[in-house]
Amino acid sequence: MYTFSSKLKSVAIGLMILGTIGVAYGFFTSNKDFAAVETMLKEADHGDGHGAAADHHEVAEDSHATEEAHVEDTHATAEGHGHAEVDEHTKHVNHVMHAMHKRPWAALYVAAFFFFMIALGVLAFYAVQYAAQAGWSPLLLRVMEGITAYMLPGALIVLGIAIASGIIGHYGLFVWMDPDVVAHDKLIQGKSGWLNITWFGVRGLIFIGGWYAYRYFSRKFSIAQDNADDNKNFKKTFRISAAFLVFFLYTESMMSWDWIMSVDPHWFSTLFGWYVLAGMMVCGITMIAMVTIYLKSKGLLPKVNDSHIHDLAKYMFGFSIFWTYLWFSQFMLIWYSNIPEEVTYFVTRFQDYQLPFLGMVAMNFVFPLLVLMNSDYKRIPWFVIMAGIVILCGHYIDIFNMIMPATVGDQWAIGIPEISSIFLFAGLFIFIVFRALTKAPLEPKRNPFVKESEHFHY
Amino acid sequence: MEASKVIHAIYTDDDVLMAAVKKVKSAHHHIEEIYTPFPVHGLDKAMGLAPTRIAIASFMYGCVGLTVAIVMMNFIMIQDWPQNIGGKPSFSYIENMPAFVPIMFELTVFFAAHLMVITFYLRSRMWPFKKAENPDPRTTDDHFLMEIPVHGNENELTNLLKETGAVEINLIDKAH
Repeated sequence: MYTFSSKLKSVAIGLMILGTIGVAYGFFTSNKDFAAVETMLKEADHGDGHGAAADHHEVAEDSHATEEAHVEDTHATAEGHGHAEVDEHTKHVNHVMHAMHKRPWAALYVAAFFFFMIALGVLAFYAVQYAAQAGWSPLLLRVMEGITAYMLPGALIVLGIAIASGIIGHYGLFVWMDPDVVAHDKLIQGKSGWLNITWFGVRGLIFIGGWYAYRYFSRKFSIAQDNADDNKNFKKTFRISAAFLVFFLYTESMMSWDWIMSVDPHWFSTLFGWYVLAGMMVCGITMIAMVTIYLKSKGLLPKVNDSHIHDLAKYMFGFSIFWTYLWFSQFMLIWYSNIPEEVTYFVTRFQDYQLPFLGMVAMNFVFPLLVLMNSDYKRIPWFVIMAGIVILCGHYIDIFNMIMPATVGDQWAIGIPEISSIFLFAGLFIFIVFRALTKAPLEPKRNPFVKESEHFHY
Repeated sequence: MEASKVIHAIYTDDDVLMAAVKKVKSAHHHIEEIYTPFPVHGLDKAMGLAPTRIAIASFMYGCVGLTVAIVMMNFIMIQDWPQNIGGKPSFSYIENMPAFVPIMFELTVFFAAHLMVITFYLRSRMWPFKKAENPDPRTTDDHFLMEIPVHGNENELTNLLKETGAVEINLIDKAH
């Protein structure tokens, strides 16, 4: 049995406290009024190098018709002056102010989704192991079960932030939640049968309920199998795993439209669900490898050998390339066809997010491709950990690029709100995952494939 | 130097063969070659062969393929006959690059795969019209053959091989 070391526990709690303070700071400082933002922008304009921000801003505004509609509507009085210059200035200040109000929400949401996504990816990978009756992985099943413990709280937090942003926030994440925007937007009106807060919440709960039901029963059967004298529990898990995978592939896709794609309610991509899935799988498998290596370094997984680490690293490599394939497929079709309502998505990213957008491709594709290609390196634990850290950072930035352009626009930064949110959820993730690991023996000793897994040899 | 006399020990099971290889190696005998009807997993390690370097070759072939694709598409689409496709005039390689990525990918894979197979054949000394080196056609069906050079230790080897479960042991004089 694993016991949650007090050192790791204090790290987790420390991260959570630090994160909470930072997130609170982010919310308090973001609440600037019109005059404050105006003086801030004036000061920035006088400073060197910041003049370009205004040029960028125009493009961002063009590509965010909804944003513009929002600003125009709430400040219609400003337009009444008839002075184009004054109007333009007011609009700009308002735009920046709204972006600043949204930033702590968006920062919190990105980090929450990132850690939730890891747990959900692991849950899907776990189901695949059972459905495929994989012989190499049973020794890692308990590690996966530990990580999937975060799925339920993580998912509820993501859904909670999304709904709270529409109810108590300034519609900080989803413009379609703002009745003012919808009233002036034909396209969103057409989608309002799907995109409304009630149905959004109900749908979210259905997804989470389905995923959690699988996680609950598979965990129950997995523990019952430890002391069983037949394979009945394993067979039950096999059946529910196959059913779960069907449910998951539909709901994961819908979840990615709801929780991510709808931040840009005008834009759509048909392979978005796959794209999110690929990122989710890479992060999940990376996390399995990292937790496994950590536990093994403590001598807690004596039967896990080099070949298991090697296989996990192969999956990290393979899914990184799969992610790139989908990322590029989505990009290339939109780039080539150049349809305005589609291409605006990438125009914003190339203009305002060039460094994170291209940097992320380097971190998520070029880096794992070159670093994890060599067979021998995949067996070196510290090497896998290092590669894993870069992959996780890269996929955080991937989620960042999905959410931020539609919420804070060109006012993005990776500062206190973003990093604190990562700390908060990293702490929570570590706390829940390692607490779950203490609940059951780390070796599923009566799993019918556990012998094969012990002798697994590449 | 190849010995003029060799022993051919024949096995009928890959597990028995693996055990035999380990025994022969632990008795410090050199194994010249093993002929099997299918690839036996882990045999190379048991025989003490140096790890394969074909992965490195494959990586280099992939790089060649990538370069060929870049140079080829630059010549065809930018230098030789620029066209305006879908409102994207081909005046600069870098701006049209996304359209060439599938070609870059395919040629990387094509070069890596084909050249790797050809390298493997040549390295295994197999080329068209070559006479087969296989000493016993049964190894293409269901028998495994281990070839061990003899340096005047014929009896010792024969006894050892019998112990390992060889179904047939033949002394072959290669000089003739």
